[in-house]
Amino acid sequence: MARERLQPSKNAWWFSLIWPVAALALLLLFNLLFTPGFFHIEFREGYLYGTLIDILNHGSKVILLSLGMALVIATAGVDLSVGAVMAIAGSVAAQLINRPNTPLGAVIAAALVVAVICGCWNGMLVTLFRIQPIVATLILMVAGRGIAQLITEGQIVTFTHPGLTFVGNGHFLALPFPIVLALGMLGITVLITRKTALGLFIESVGDNATASTFSGIDARKIKFFVYLFSGLCAGIAGLVAASNIRCADANHAGLFLELDAILAVVVGGTSLTGGRFYLAGAVVGALFIQTLTTTMYMRNVSADVAPVPKALAIIAVCLLQSPAFRRRLTSTFRGKPA
Amino acid sequence: MTRLNSKYIPLIATALVMLGLYAIGCILYRNFFSLRVVVDLIGDNSFLGIAAVGATLVILSGGIDLSVGSVVAFSSTLIATLVRDGANPIIAILVTLLAGAVFGGLTGSLIQLFELPPFLVTLAGMFLARGLGFILHPQSLPIKHPFFLHFISENLSLPLNERVNWPFTATCYVVIFLIAVLVAHYTKFGRYVYAVGGDEHSAKLMGLPVGKTKIGLYSVSGFCSALAGVVYTFYTQQGNPASCVGLELDAIAAVVIGGTLLSGGAGFMAGTLMGVLIFGLIQTLITFQGNVNSWWTRIVVAVLVLLFILLQNAISLISGRLGSSKSNA
Repeated sequence: MARERLQPSKNAWWFSLIWPVAALALLLLFNLLFTPGFFHIEFREGYLYGTLIDILNHGSKVILLSLGMALVIATAGVDLSVGAVMAIAGSVAAQLINRPNTPLGAVIAAALVVAVICGCWNGMLVTLFRIQPIVATLILMVAGRGIAQLITEGQIVTFTHPGLTFVGNGHFLALPFPIVLALGMLGITVLITRKTALGLFIESVGDNATASTFSGIDARKIKFFVYLFSGLCAGIAGLVAASNIRCADANHAGLFLELDAILAVVVGGTSLTGGRFYLAGAVVGALFIQTLTTTMYMRNVSADVAPVPKALAIIAVCLLQSPAFRRRLTSTFRGKPA
Repeated sequence: MTRLNSKYIPLIATALVMLGLYAIGCILYRNFFSLRVVVDLIGDNSFLGIAAVGATLVILSGGIDLSVGSVVAFSSTLIATLVRDGANPIIAILVTLLAGAVFGGLTGSLIQLFELPPFLVTLAGMFLARGLGFILHPQSLPIKHPFFLHFISENLSLPLNERVNWPFTATCYVVIFLIAVLVAHYTKFGRYVYAVGGDEHSAKLMGLPVGKTKIGLYSVSGFCSALAGVVYTFYTQQGNPASCVGLELDAIAAVVIGGTLLSGGAGFMAGTLMGVLIFGLIQTLITFQGNVNSWWTRIVVAVLVLLFILLQNAISLISGRLGSSKSNA
């Protein structure tokens, strides 16, 4: 930590993007050379179609999650419950929309409120009871799917409401609506963290909560807020996920997506020790993961085997970010300890 | 004196919860108070219990191992494929155990040598083991070897009375548990694990082999997971790469309910045993009730985990105050 602090702050915001963008570019280059039709984009019936659009479309859930996750990780925390919260939000929406005469706005609002309550619960455990974030959010991760099951009464609840299906399947300005939603949330998140002091506060709390408290920042409030925000992002992602398949599946909605979100944030250059966050990096990270997944599917790798390259990618990224690994590497090449 | 007592409070609480749940079962259901229920409780949860032994060591050291469930699934698949391809069952089991230990050792080395967060490395391990299992065999693979079909289930189980057999899986669990108690509480390695969990920096300054201990205990955790996979094949007579999703969470929950401090340095193997039994009791109660959604297991376990963490916090707060008031006086 101290070592990083002492380095001159040469990093403009785009500087942090070099590594994730390079990784993404490498992957795209591979596809350009070896996967035929990867870059083919069609304009049909007023909408855009193509693999790249699909990547954006399917990646939007991870992008949404990674926005909240980036802020949580910036406070040196982690939110493992986002997948379960997605399932809860989807279940609430599906159950409510099937009641006669329920306005769409109320359904969406209710689902998001429930997701925010889940986020507040995590925030309360972390701030009030001072439980380590991994464990605090683990509780909701374990219980959340059970709660979602209870909401859906153990069924897979299907729905046909055109408004709710639009969230995951509609188009806006020729783009699939989830992309627009993710971009919108990215805009809002950048606005509230980078155009106000909030982002600075979050980074300061993540760097040193005690010092932040002494300099007048209410560290607890900041931490509470990031978990709340992560819950909200998970709620939106849950709506998209449920809407995509026109049903709420309490068992599988958002399963393992928390891992993808954490991975996206880490690939994006945000360190798990907290103190810094890069939203643009997280988005690029999310796209990297989705591109990796799509590439494997297009190359006929079975969905079950897909975790192997993902795991190797995580380890590679972690190693590249690890100061200890860099020290070893430089000392090997220079032939003496750096 | 208070220090000594506060160490045992979570353990006593765990024991009370366990006995309470058992008493509730005996009062509510006629057949609950029987030898069969107790034997099944240990036999059915043996692979969870063995995995939880490894998880206890890792958590005692202040780390976390998220790869447990995947390694169990991978190990069961590895045995099934080896036996299918004609390997001797004993050799297949030994190879699997070795693979688990090596896998854990590699995870531990990454964590120790490159100062990576255990949470992230074992997460990668979880993906890796899961995927490797599917590469070995894409779906559930039944084991047809007589060693698994007959020898384990018939020759190695001990009849307790005419109707109840003590299964070999339960024997495995009890043996591993006893070894784990010895290792954790009566060996140098065990003391090192506690020391690393208490304060890694102090442990290093005291000259303890922190690096070796950490790599060693992750490899023990990998070994335990592999062994849990072996017991899984005894229990189900199959290898399944898709099985045991979320087992690591159950194991961590059992460890926490067993009164082990999640930040490391304090806890007992016996607590984990009781945690596993509490987990099993909740499941048995829900089975006996019959009409309750099985998802309540998860919710009840989560609530118990929360309660035990709060209890730990309260204890450390109170004993901290007592300690500081003493030192002031």
